[in-house]
Amino acid sequence: MVFQIILLIMLAYVVGFIYFGLYRNITARIQGRYRPTVYQSFYDSIKLFSKKQSVSYGWMFYLGPIIMATGAVLTLILVPVFSDSDFLRSVTSQGNLFVLLYLMVLGPLGNALAVGTGGNPFGVMGVVRGLTRLIGLELPFYIAVVGLIIAANSSDIVHIIDMQKIGGLNIINHPLLFIGAMISMVGFFGESPFDIPGAPQEVYSGPRTEFSGKFLALLMSQGSLFAFAKLVLIVDLFLGGADSLEMLVLKTFAIFVSIIFIGIVYGRYKVEQAVDFLMKLPTLIAVLGLARVVWFG
Amino acid sequence: MFGLDKGDKMESGFYGSSLKCKFEESGLANTHAIMEKAVRWFESRSIFVVAYGTGCGAIEMPPTFTSRYDAERMGVVGVATPRQADLIILSGYLAYKTLRRVIRTYEQMQKPRYIMSLGSCPINGGMYWDSYNTIKKLDDYIPVDVAVTGCMPRPEAVIDGFVLLQERIRNGEKAGWEKYDENLKFYKDNQKRVLGGHVDPAYETDWYNLNGGGIA
Repeated sequence: MVFQIILLIMLAYVVGFIYFGLYRNITARIQGRYRPTVYQSFYDSIKLFSKKQSVSYGWMFYLGPIIMATGAVLTLILVPVFSDSDFLRSVTSQGNLFVLLYLMVLGPLGNALAVGTGGNPFGVMGVVRGLTRLIGLELPFYIAVVGLIIAANSSDIVHIIDMQKIGGLNIINHPLLFIGAMISMVGFFGESPFDIPGAPQEVYSGPRTEFSGKFLALLMSQGSLFAFAKLVLIVDLFLGGADSLEMLVLKTFAIFVSIIFIGIVYGRYKVEQAVDFLMKLPTLIAVLGLARVVWFG
Repeated sequence: MFGLDKGDKMESGFYGSSLKCKFEESGLANTHAIMEKAVRWFESRSIFVVAYGTGCGAIEMPPTFTSRYDAERMGVVGVATPRQADLIILSGYLAYKTLRRVIRTYEQMQKPRYIMSLGSCPINGGMYWDSYNTIKKLDDYIPVDVAVTGCMPRPEAVIDGFVLLQERIRNGEKAGWEKYDENLKFYKDNQKRVLGGHVDPAYETDWYNLNGGGIA
């Protein structure tokens, strides 16, 4: 089982970094630039891990990225990656959607503690913006997840996948829940209308301002692991999971590309605009979807 | 600047000195050399730049990094903070006041770190050769790795500078930050000569004097 977990982390690391490489590629092409290589994020990660110095401000500064990475890895191993195989089934059966929703918030909180120790005002500003955004971001996503739990009558993700095999995909059965969840997923990926915590040209790198060398490398790595975990979660919840590696890559990539395209097209909201928007339109859509589930099944 | 002086630094990385000793003891020096070479290659392929826009050269930076010349295809990306940066581009003349900030920014960067200067002014003063408050030769105050000449250099020349820097990193040539560590007294004396007795970022000097863990 430990071997499977290591295998999964390696898979997520490689796929995550290649996805981010593709993200940079696609962004470059849309902006009319040439493009970096697909492996560029991987190069960056190795370079940052091999930096000779990393500035530190005490043990809490060390713990922050580690807490974030813990949240990402736990999310990753608790989400069922392959629907039909026994791959890590003994671990994924331990967790359910409630645990996952809790783990998804663990990272930002760990980050907040580390950034507070660093004392950089831009970092603190970024964390405050991030946590404010989280208020709006979680609402539509949680409502969508509650709708799915009611529809499947279970909070077990494996059960939700199995239900989709019998009754059709959730993206077709519950499109309103899907739209609500996807809008907040754009924010969870830090994409453009909601990229307020690390807003470039505004608060420098936001929470990451003070992180250098291997701390930054760890943050980047956990970011790609977490991104992969979130993509797999969306695929499991709405697209019926994936039974092979090809299907997994295809489905996660489809979700990823749609998120990228949304991110490239839009400009950035202000903090209060983002929270306002997230609490109105996506929440309304998700609530309508929930009402549809409750009254019509 | 922001009360960041408290930070203490630690040595780390693939080829920290203790690791090197272990490799040499166990007769794996060859493996170590190969690993070092690989790491150098990755370092050359990924350069994070903090663009310090002094003087007129700042205008050459946007076309270098955006659609027209796209430095990202060589792995050269702009970052917002010196903590994450590998390279600082000083794009033009430096007044004494600017030099203070530049030294501070440079010392906040994490090793290995490099400096690129644009234009004639950082080399010999350029058109500010007789100015009373401008430094004439930047290399006396902080170690410049690549000096791109021109008044101002076009983005092609800047990209040529990136390529030269990448080759140097790949070949493992002695970089400016190593010279800075070895000749710290020379650089600090020069800095004090123009900036007065108090050079703003005292922590780097103190760190060397106290052998690590120093808090200024």
